[in-house]
Amino acid sequence: MPDYSTQSLARLVQPDRVHRNLYTDPAIFALEMERIFERIWIYVGHESQVRNPGDFFATRIGTKPVVMSRHSDGRVYVVHNQCAHRGVQVVAEDSGNAQEFRCCYHGWSYHTDGRIKNIPLRHAYGARVDVNDPKLAMVQVPRVQSYRGFVFASLAPTGPSLEDFLGHIATSLDDMVDRAPDGEIEIAGGVFKHGYDGNWKLYLENLLDAAHPLFVHQSSIEAAKVQDDAVASDGSGEIAIRQMRQNGASYGFWESQVGIWTYPNGHAFLGDYHDDAKLVAAMKDPNFRDYIEALEAKKGKAEAQRILEVRRWNTNIYPNVSFMSQFQQFRVVHPISVDRTVVYTYNFRLKGAPERMFRNTIAFANVVNGTGSLVLTDDLETYGRVGVGLASAGAEWLNIARGADTDKPDAHNGRRGKNSTSEIYLRNMYEAWLQYMTGTKPGLAAAAE
Amino acid sequence: MSAAVNAATAPDLREIEAFLTHEAALLDEARYEDWLSLFAADAWYWVPSQPGQRDPFETVSLMYDDRRLLETRVRRLMQGLLHAQNPRSAATRQVTNAAILETPPGAAVVRSKFAMVEYRRNAQRIFAGSYIHRLVRAGGALKIASKRVNLVNCDAEHGGLVVPF
Ligand code: FES
Ligand SMILES: [Fe+2]
Repeated sequence: MPDYSTQSLARLVQPDRVHRNLYTDPAIFALEMERIFERIWIYVGHESQVRNPGDFFATRIGTKPVVMSRHSDGRVYVVHNQCAHRGVQVVAEDSGNAQEFRCCYHGWSYHTDGRIKNIPLRHAYGARVDVNDPKLAMVQVPRVQSYRGFVFASLAPTGPSLEDFLGHIATSLDDMVDRAPDGEIEIAGGVFKHGYDGNWKLYLENLLDAAHPLFVHQSSIEAAKVQDDAVASDGSGEIAIRQMRQNGASYGFWESQVGIWTYPNGHAFLGDYHDDAKLVAAMKDPNFRDYIEALEAKKGKAEAQRILEVRRWNTNIYPNVSFMSQFQQFRVVHPISVDRTVVYTYNFRLKGAPERMFRNTIAFANVVNGTGSLVLTDDLETYGRVGVGLASAGAEWLNIARGADTDKPDAHNGRRGKNSTSEIYLRNMYEAWLQYMTGTKPGLAAAAE
Repeated sequence: MSAAVNAATAPDLREIEAFLTHEAALLDEARYEDWLSLFAADAWYWVPSQPGQRDPFETVSLMYDDRRLLETRVRRLMQGLLHAQNPRSAATRQVTNAAILETPPGAAVVRSKFAMVEYRRNAQRIFAGSYIHRLVRAGGALKIASKRVNLVNCDAEHGGLVVPF
């Protein structure tokens, strides 16, 4: 494995271009796991997935298997999914409820906060094991913190606070929650799991890429454009076709009506894109009218209006989340290897909203995030082709310069593109990437070897 | 409806098996427009994402098309600029074990087992499971009022699913 010094890493990321090795070199991937995924705050799950004591949800931080659980003390814990005896995976199910976690191999059992509960043949160890040793456990992840129900964890014992890490991008999480009339959201409606043979960074990059739909999604745009709207629909197809047509918006639209805002640590959002009227035919859709009424009844007219006028499209919280508040979509990126990535996509239900609003969420998920959708399948194809293309010995550098001359500083310590077609989100992610990878991010220097 | 009329219009197993074989052949030959013409005017086509999934409205689906979206899906499949089918897949399907579960008047609910092998760009994938067809008689011909595809690995991690099952 090549050794990457700080200087050699810095050479890979330049103002207008990045080196293709960032997507293809297993040594880079290994360093990313160590210096990004195993160090900074990583989204793990949502509190609604572990509502009751004993509830658990198995997932990964980077490539490390962990379990998020609600313990009898009411708190949420994240523990390594590994037995302290011989290292076996303890929790084999994706989610559930348990009194205790018990290893299948020799029966060591653990409390749902990871502490050891019982060791069979305990007497045979004498003084050689100490049940109060925090390492004789399903070891707890050192830092776990929730922001409005979104649980983040860090494998590093010290570092910037979650608030500092999120900064202004926390307002996009606020937007997810505020849209619920009862002020609470919950994960519901199942999950899509899709995989592609390409690097994890491609996914986050694509979710803020305003210049791709016209080309990547051409087939579904053309097919939807000429669809006869008189044909029978139970509402699902109607939402799907409207979204596919919207993907066909011209460059003029992207340049005049859509913006991109970026923030420290790699976070960013596309905004001002669809208003709710375009997406769900707001005023014509009785569900949406009922929803606005419910929101106004609970929050008051002024606050309801403020909430609905936050018009963000996709928000990325670097390095593993991309979400969208208007249809309550939430995508979690799981890097597997340098050229393999799996993405799990979830839906949130708005508590206090009319039941039928959630149907719109599901219909939208099926078309935008569905493994068999008319839209996502072309994105997945593209990620795969990037993977193939980068193996070539042609272009050594990948261009990230679009809009660089017209980016400008913005409020909240941010920067914005002149419009959504700027590749500022790429430059912003790579600036953060380099800071993480070289340990120059304030507060991370001490942790860097 | 009298028993005599029902007996006259309800499809029997032999007719159903011929129909399922014909449907599979249309799909194998990528004759998607002809496949679409097998569906009734208010039909739906459904591939759940979870084993035993109860409905397509409260839980996401690998595919859930009402008639309007199914038409758009088929139109997309017929296009030359469909990246996810450039190059095209080749596929073959076996349909077996057909059994009539219910016979409401003039209709039949049929369960069958299927296996589909899809080959594209040096990779071969195998899908298997059961079909639940609701078949109705319209102007003498059988039509698909609904088709549900239960994949044995519906809740697995998948690459893009483009070719219908
Ligand atoms: S490895 Fe878990 S009990 Fe032995
Ligand atoms: Fe896309």
